[in-house]
Amino acid sequence: MKPVLEVRDLMVTYPPRRGAAPARAVDGVNLQVRRGEIVALVGESGCGKSTLARALVGLVKPTGGQVLGDGEPLGYSAAALKAYRRHTQLVLQDPGGALNPRQNVFDAVAEGPRLHGLTDRLGERVHAALARAGLRPPEEFAGRFPHEMSGGQQQRVVIAGALALDPSVIVADEPVASLDASVRGEILKLILELRDSLGLSALVVSHDLGLAWNIADRVAVMYLGRIVETGTVEEVLLRPKHPYTRALLSVLPDSGERPVLLTGEPPDPAAVPGGCRFHPRCPLRAAEQDTLCDSRDLPVLTGDPSRSSLAACHLVH
Amino acid sequence: MTARDRTREPETPVAASGQDPASETPVAASGQGRTPEGRSGTPMLDVRDLRVTYRNGERAVPAVRGVSFTLDRGQTLGVAGESGSGKSTMALGLLRLLAPSAQVSGEVLFEGEDLLTTRWARLRAVRWSAASVVFQGAMSALNPVRTIGEQICEPILLHEKVGQRAARRRAAELLDSVGVPSRRSGSYPHEFSGGQRQRIMIAMSLACRPDLIIADEPTTALDVMVQAQVLELLGELVRESGIGVIMISHDLSVLSHMCERLAVMYAGRIAEIGPSRQLIAEPRHPYTRALGRAFPTIGDPASRLAPAGLPGDPPTPPELARLSEGRGCAFEPRCSEAVAACRTETVELWPSGPRREAACLRVLEGSGT
Repeated sequence: MKPVLEVRDLMVTYPPRRGAAPARAVDGVNLQVRRGEIVALVGESGCGKSTLARALVGLVKPTGGQVLGDGEPLGYSAAALKAYRRHTQLVLQDPGGALNPRQNVFDAVAEGPRLHGLTDRLGERVHAALARAGLRPPEEFAGRFPHEMSGGQQQRVVIAGALALDPSVIVADEPVASLDASVRGEILKLILELRDSLGLSALVVSHDLGLAWNIADRVAVMYLGRIVETGTVEEVLLRPKHPYTRALLSVLPDSGERPVLLTGEPPDPAAVPGGCRFHPRCPLRAAEQDTLCDSRDLPVLTGDPSRSSLAACHLVH
Repeated sequence: MTARDRTREPETPVAASGQDPASETPVAASGQGRTPEGRSGTPMLDVRDLRVTYRNGERAVPAVRGVSFTLDRGQTLGVAGESGSGKSTMALGLLRLLAPSAQVSGEVLFEGEDLLTTRWARLRAVRWSAASVVFQGAMSALNPVRTIGEQICEPILLHEKVGQRAARRRAAELLDSVGVPSRRSGSYPHEFSGGQRQRIMIAMSLACRPDLIIADEPTTALDVMVQAQVLELLGELVRESGIGVIMISHDLSVLSHMCERLAVMYAGRIAEIGPSRQLIAEPRHPYTRALGRAFPTIGDPASRLAPAGLPGDPPTPPELARLSEGRGCAFEPRCSEAVAACRTETVELWPSGPRREAACLRVLEGSGT
């Protein structure tokens, strides 16, 4: 079966700013989300994960490679994008910012269906979406305004807005980052329930590896525009191969290992180092003094989910 | 250094009228940890029944509803809680750093001196030199139009009798000690990354060699790797210098690894307080338990494909105001273990083990009292 969502050799390069080099935010990524699957895309800020998410829903036009929905390459005409967005919906990070403060819940959720001309039995559609998002009874919430709801409820409204179009996949960019810990679990539970009840697939973008452990089937670790390791959650999080993944896991408070502190901060996508892009910060290269890392570029990971975990590293096999 | 006994001045705009904190709430006085093991005499910081109420016209929102704890030099206390739990208000209230709409009552005894009633001039001397704050957003806490070197020198020049050159030398040492090259002291805040700015904030808070640092969400906006670097740095500084630290965060797992003691706040009160390890391993308050589960441990089969949350939401400001008037436990509406008595009884912090307290009726059952 074709994956519901796929990217092939995706590149997104932002034009240079005042004398700087162009920023290669997404620099060659292969990724698949299969039907009913939840994939977590994790990485630090500036690694390109949000740009990749935006490219997946057609908000950013790639400068190279392809986005495919149900195996069909995405077209970038207004009509093609509109059709595509019934299939793939975006859930944004900050529900307070994503909702219009002067629009009540009903209108917020009805906006998508109205744009798509789905006005037949609109009330039913909106109420069903609210109920699926856990806002029950829906009648009670439909008339409310964002400021009358908690952060968790607002995020449920945003999710209901996505569900109102019966998409096959949602792309959620940090869906719980702005929520409190106790509310976070409730929203993640909802994403899992939607997968179980509707067969909804999801790509969840996050900086939080714990989130991947909580809800994802597979995980892709992104660093400086590329996916450096991918596989099932168990493979990647319990038996990490790539030194970057290992370092990320080691600094978690509960890791029980000695933290491997990478020096510096995620480097600049406008100045991607040659060879392995992680080599200037890599503890493994520092230990092995391998010159291959500095000079030889790594191939882009295939992103084939049927293979076991893959790591883009010269030193691990 | 600050133990001199000052006459209290009547000007004190913050002390609430008509309340004698000492005569109120026996809970405060029963607070254990009052004299930490192996020490005698007064603790460095002794907070007694701290209350903060925000007044907004007719509305009064009690953000902190009676918090008591002690802290000694070299000790680290983590304060955990969700937004609206009152944790930041509590921490900033200690140094009277709140807006004028906040009414503060209770006692904040720092080296025996009540910071809530002391003169402003005296308080200004205490800030920076005896107790300093690391604020949450370093970008907004730092002055964008002055170099970081100038900003670190400022408190030194203000509080100590040293010249420009000595102050600059100290600033350079401080920057080096937090891992920011001192040759960059002529740079402006925007020229640094988020992690570096947070390090600069930490350097600044150490400028006058304080005995106490209050760190309000010091790593919240940072990436995991940068967060780990900043936490490592803070931990090192505490171990080396023996300063006391109060660290505020929503992240229970970070706090439990950074701090030896942990206070979990809910709805403006401490729900549970005690040694971090014990609080995480064997929480006695259902809220601590739920909060702990919300941070999954990778590799723990119990949390795999099973995110744990807590239904419902924390009390809204109007609900907080109502709670303060009535009896009953603030957590009762969200508690899976609530019984009828939770709605009617007054809940206080009760001893729940060695050096531990929890504000839950079930604790009384357990201890057989």
